[in-house]
Amino acid sequence: MIPGSFSYHSPATVEEAVGLLAELGDDARPLAGGHSLLPMMKLRLAPLEHLVDLRKIDALKGIKDEGGTLVIGAMTTQAELLASDVIAGQCPIIQETAALIADPQVRYVGTLGGNVANGDPANDMPGLMQCLDASYQLTGKGGSREVKARDFYEGAFFTALQEGEILTAVKVPVPPAGHGYAYEKLKRKIGDYATAAAAVVLTLAGGSCKSASIALTNVGETPLYAAEASAALVGSSLDKAAVDQAVSLAGAITAPASAGRGPTHYRTKMAGVMLRRAIQRAHERAAG
Amino acid sequence: MSDAAQKTDGEKIEDREANLKGIGCSRKRTEDARFIQGKGNYVDDVKLPGMLFGDFVRSPYGHARIKSIDTSKALAVPGVKAVLTAADLKPLSLHYMPTLAGDVQAVLAEEKVLFQNQEVAFVVAEDRYIAADAAELVEVDYEELPVLVDPFKSMEPDAPLLREDIKDKTEGAHGARKHYNHIFTWEVGEKEETDAAFDKAEVTIKELISYQRVHPSPMETCASVASMDKIKGELTVYGTFQAPHVVRTVTSLLSGIPEHKIHVIAPDIGGGFGNKVGVYPGYVCSIVASIVLGVPVKWVEDRMENLSATAFARDYHMTAELAATKDGKITGLRAHVLADHGAFDACADPTKWPAGFFNICTGSYDIPTAHVAVDGVYTNKAPGGVAYRCSFRVTEASYMIERAMDILAKKLGMDPVELRLKNFIQPQQFPYQSALGWEYDSGDYPTAMKKAMEKTHYDALRAEQKEKREAFARGETRELMGIGVAFFTEIVGAGPTRNCDILGVGMFDSCEIRIHPTGAAIARLGTKSQGQGHETTYAQILATEIGISADDIMIEEGDTDTAPYGLGTYGSRSTPVAGAAAARVGRKIRDKAKKIAAHLLEVGEDDLEFEVDRFKVKGLPEKQKTMKEVAWAAYNNLPEGMEPGLEAVDYYDPPNMTYPFGAYICVIDIDADTGVSMIRKFYALDDCGTRINPMIIEGQVHGGLTEAFGIAMGQEIYYDEGGNVMGASLMDYFVPTAVETPEWETDFTVTPSPHHPIGAKGVGESPNVGGVSAFSNAVNDAFAHLDVTHIQMPHDHWRTWKVCEKLGLTG
Repeated sequence: MIPGSFSYHSPATVEEAVGLLAELGDDARPLAGGHSLLPMMKLRLAPLEHLVDLRKIDALKGIKDEGGTLVIGAMTTQAELLASDVIAGQCPIIQETAALIADPQVRYVGTLGGNVANGDPANDMPGLMQCLDASYQLTGKGGSREVKARDFYEGAFFTALQEGEILTAVKVPVPPAGHGYAYEKLKRKIGDYATAAAAVVLTLAGGSCKSASIALTNVGETPLYAAEASAALVGSSLDKAAVDQAVSLAGAITAPASAGRGPTHYRTKMAGVMLRRAIQRAHERAAG
Repeated sequence: MSDAAQKTDGEKIEDREANLKGIGCSRKRTEDARFIQGKGNYVDDVKLPGMLFGDFVRSPYGHARIKSIDTSKALAVPGVKAVLTAADLKPLSLHYMPTLAGDVQAVLAEEKVLFQNQEVAFVVAEDRYIAADAAELVEVDYEELPVLVDPFKSMEPDAPLLREDIKDKTEGAHGARKHYNHIFTWEVGEKEETDAAFDKAEVTIKELISYQRVHPSPMETCASVASMDKIKGELTVYGTFQAPHVVRTVTSLLSGIPEHKIHVIAPDIGGGFGNKVGVYPGYVCSIVASIVLGVPVKWVEDRMENLSATAFARDYHMTAELAATKDGKITGLRAHVLADHGAFDACADPTKWPAGFFNICTGSYDIPTAHVAVDGVYTNKAPGGVAYRCSFRVTEASYMIERAMDILAKKLGMDPVELRLKNFIQPQQFPYQSALGWEYDSGDYPTAMKKAMEKTHYDALRAEQKEKREAFARGETRELMGIGVAFFTEIVGAGPTRNCDILGVGMFDSCEIRIHPTGAAIARLGTKSQGQGHETTYAQILATEIGISADDIMIEEGDTDTAPYGLGTYGSRSTPVAGAAAARVGRKIRDKAKKIAAHLLEVGEDDLEFEVDRFKVKGLPEKQKTMKEVAWAAYNNLPEGMEPGLEAVDYYDPPNMTYPFGAYICVIDIDADTGVSMIRKFYALDDCGTRINPMIIEGQVHGGLTEAFGIAMGQEIYYDEGGNVMGASLMDYFVPTAVETPEWETDFTVTPSPHHPIGAKGVGESPNVGGVSAFSNAVNDAFAHLDVTHIQMPHDHWRTWKVCEKLGLTG
């Protein structure tokens, strides 16, 4: 549990950071909260020669409401998300999810940007960001671009991030007032990743479902946006038949690995149970 | 209150008793002042000038031949001082070391590796980082061999041969070997009588009850610092040793260094639970490296090494059978155990007991005849087989009988409590001779069981369960309610030297005390606390026996130069054995003090009576001498011919084990859709005889129950078919946090041990022994109305859900 030797860099600006990453190439990795990267280094599973620490870059911090879009700096910690009045007022599902990540000590250090950029399908925020249809701002030497969370994840630990790019901000469209939401996570104990988890945001109009968005965590190589399952709810009264249909469609896109949290069959079923519970809670919370 | 009960200065006897802080007082733990301020002194805190660090190269394979080892690249790294391999140890005959179980264990693998993460080479460098970097550069060429992980396949005719070093040995340490992967067969009881009882039984049950491989996982991992002084020819070893004196003796026998020139020191230990009883390759390698290099060498395990390479527990596969009459009187017990010992038999039991005290498996019941056979076998897994917070193989035995009782109750259609009450050993039967050879010292089982039923409103719980089952059938709830009942009898305090020894050293224990002129004292014992609170409780025993305040008595353990020889702390033996020595040493002091007091008061000894902290002249209560006054006199005013000083030592060889017992009841609600279990209630009644410090007892019970919860509900060291150890990190290995841990309700009865000087029996391990059965019985009980006889542990979410799915209960 002792990492190999590496050089440490602590740039003060985004420009400096991307410059370093471009210069150092493959052997460098950006460091956010470090709760994924440092264990990998200690296990010597992530050999690297240069660590580019982003913690001193002020521009990567902060939560802003830019008229219908929340712009969250990549280095915002989970604890800061939990303490934010803006998040509480505009998009409380982010807090519900953040509170289920690891434990308080990890949440003081772990960041939203690190959580979504690492490409670990076990992380909670990637699925949530797909559910919320968030975009990631990616910045490299040549400038910035935006990629939707739903397009960002290519495989376990493979993402749309190009060499030399860092994820600088997460942009979340504020869900409509009166929306219902829930993040349901099954885990073995505090600090564990999900056996399966489901994020649901929906709106109602006249008692029927006007819009719905569903995403699943840790039941595939990537977080899974369940487009067909979401569509199955729209227009329904969220009755048993519609929910059964959504659960069935969501289950069909899962492919969890057999692991200590349980065999594939169980984890697929649990994705369904979590989804069913999340829909029910979101329904109860929705206005209209 | 009479005048005689008042001290001359007006201090009341109650105040003097309170000031004593003796037996029965919930005295705060004296050791906690340093622990909670981060000022403990653990092995990793030991830093010696010029100290080097060792790190292991470990096998990535479960079974492979070592074709070559090339250390040249590692040796070329600046700061690397040595790389030890089996080739370096072999000329010293240290490439293998003897185990406590009569086998040998590889220190560094010679021709083969036999389990994943086995020690292959030891890199010694100036710091930990260099050692870890260089370990990666040691090139080992392996040829993979077929892997054997299933103990049920160990003795098949074409099973892979694991132990080439002993393949021709037909006689093991405990009798004939039936197969090259067989270690021992251990039999106890009357086979023919037992078979006859089964032949004529009205009702029988038979079930394979497995207890999975788990690990004690103490917070502090294993570690050592060895320092060889070549000028003096003296070796000092600091280490995580539950039994430091035994380590000194073994080190002397292995190294040839005279025992008086070896100083073994166990400083503060951060939990042991059996993990720190054995001797590990890391200890040996740090010692050899220090002897070779002449400077101190430190070795500290990391968490994954701890979980995967040092001392697992359990891995017992027990086929239990009970014979009974149709009205529920048990007439016989028959059991066969397949014991998976891994690659070497490094089981930590008294030497003559290859399956520990598994023959306590008749439990708390008056079973007239029984027979047990245990077969130990080798597999490609880490060695160990330690008693994880229990006496030797007692949790396994208790789990087997307690599951079997529930299975029998179900078959008979009886309530599990009713069956237990019907078969308990009755209070008047003590001392009780069990069918498998033990003499139970004392107990009152029916009283404990009935108290547990009353306190938990057992009948109301059963009524609620019936309603909930009906509601579940109607679709009104998704929860299954289980009520787990467990009654256990521990066997602790090993033990009488006539039948208990470690490598030939009898399992006595010891206490030595020196009372200083001012009446303060230092006492040293042969045991070693790992968190049990010895510094607090031993002082309480001595305070009551001698009559000086516990606050004035310093307790010291762990330094073999100063402490009297003892066999260490495990198997709840500290209070039953060393605690008895403490009581007796106190009585020796009091005997001498009485003579001094008689001299000072100018009366005969028979004219004196002892009261709390002083001697008084009978009938003349104003004529008295406190122990403090006597202590001063011991250094300047003694009876003619008496040696000065006030010191004593006692070596205690217990006449028998002690038999703590208890009744536990657990109420659990299982979510049928996810398999998640919620512990709604857990009631634990413990009877550990005389209670020395009720607060510490409660803390011990909380800790033991929490570990039992971890074991029953999730812990498992699992090997896949390729011999890869799974779950060897705290991500997967279930160590419960405060969030998962249920709330505990503790209770007690007091049935003193008749043969222990103060009647105490030991308690630290009882909650693990009884707790595992209670949790598992609760999960099983949730399904008892359905077609399920036995569900294997651990009862984690997916395994429980699978039972629900099989029964068609999932949504």
